[in-house]
Amino acid sequence: MKPAVNSPENNLDNYSFNIEGGNFNDAGTVSTRIKSILKQRGLPNDIVRRSSIVCYEAEINIVSYARKGTVNLTVTSEAVEIELIDEGPGIPDIKQAMEQGYSTASQQIREMGFGAGMGLHNIKTYSDIFDISSEVNKGTSLKMIIKIPQQTPQ
Amino acid sequence: MDIGTIAKELNLKILSASDRMKNNVTGGYTGDLLSDVMANSHEGDIWITRQVHQNIVAIATLKEHAGVILVNSCEPAKDTLERAIQENVPILISNLPAFEITGKIYDILNEAK
Repeated sequence: MKPAVNSPENNLDNYSFNIEGGNFNDAGTVSTRIKSILKQRGLPNDIVRRSSIVCYEAEINIVSYARKGTVNLTVTSEAVEIELIDEGPGIPDIKQAMEQGYSTASQQIREMGFGAGMGLHNIKTYSDIFDISSEVNKGTSLKMIIKIPQQTPQ
Repeated sequence: MDIGTIAKELNLKILSASDRMKNNVTGGYTGDLLSDVMANSHEGDIWITRQVHQNIVAIATLKEHAGVILVNSCEPAKDTLERAIQENVPILISNLPAFEITGKIYDILNEAK
């Protein structure tokens, strides 16, 4: 766990969380924590909503497919940045994985209502900047940036 | 309209968070695909689903739903109910299928407008 860094001058904050692969019991807890952090910071509802959606989808992907993963949240005055790095099977064809409806989920995962092939697509839709890289048999990294609308000076 | 009024009008069985029956229902969403519910439902919605596993509580908490209605008299899994009690998320059961309970709630919410 990376220690949280607080710097009032630049209003910068870093948080780090771990996710355990295969543990559906705790799926969503990191996203819930992140949502409450963003709410406490008084960010606009739309930013909180979009951050929760992308974080939840990425969290579920780690639970569904990877052995373990780390979530790094950085909040600045300009953006919410969420980075998820996992150790897992990786994605052989990212372009295909990004297609809506494409999924490699097991029947068991699908029966729970996951694995509909919407996750990465939703992440892309609700992020302003989305970056994904993956190495087969090693793991996958996602980075999502949600920009905070800046108030124009009076 | 609060969730308690809906529960009373539609004969829903309240399984958890009975102290949250004043939760205001501002809309509804029906679905069993969790990514769909995650992306398209809203805070204050009542969520109607056939899913009974404990991840529905995580979604309802994260999305700040007013409550969750399980259809066709489906009971939640044991750990779902425990989690719902712990998180204080109202879980209710309807004996109707999703189509019918959705239609009834849609009408109730529209009439209340």
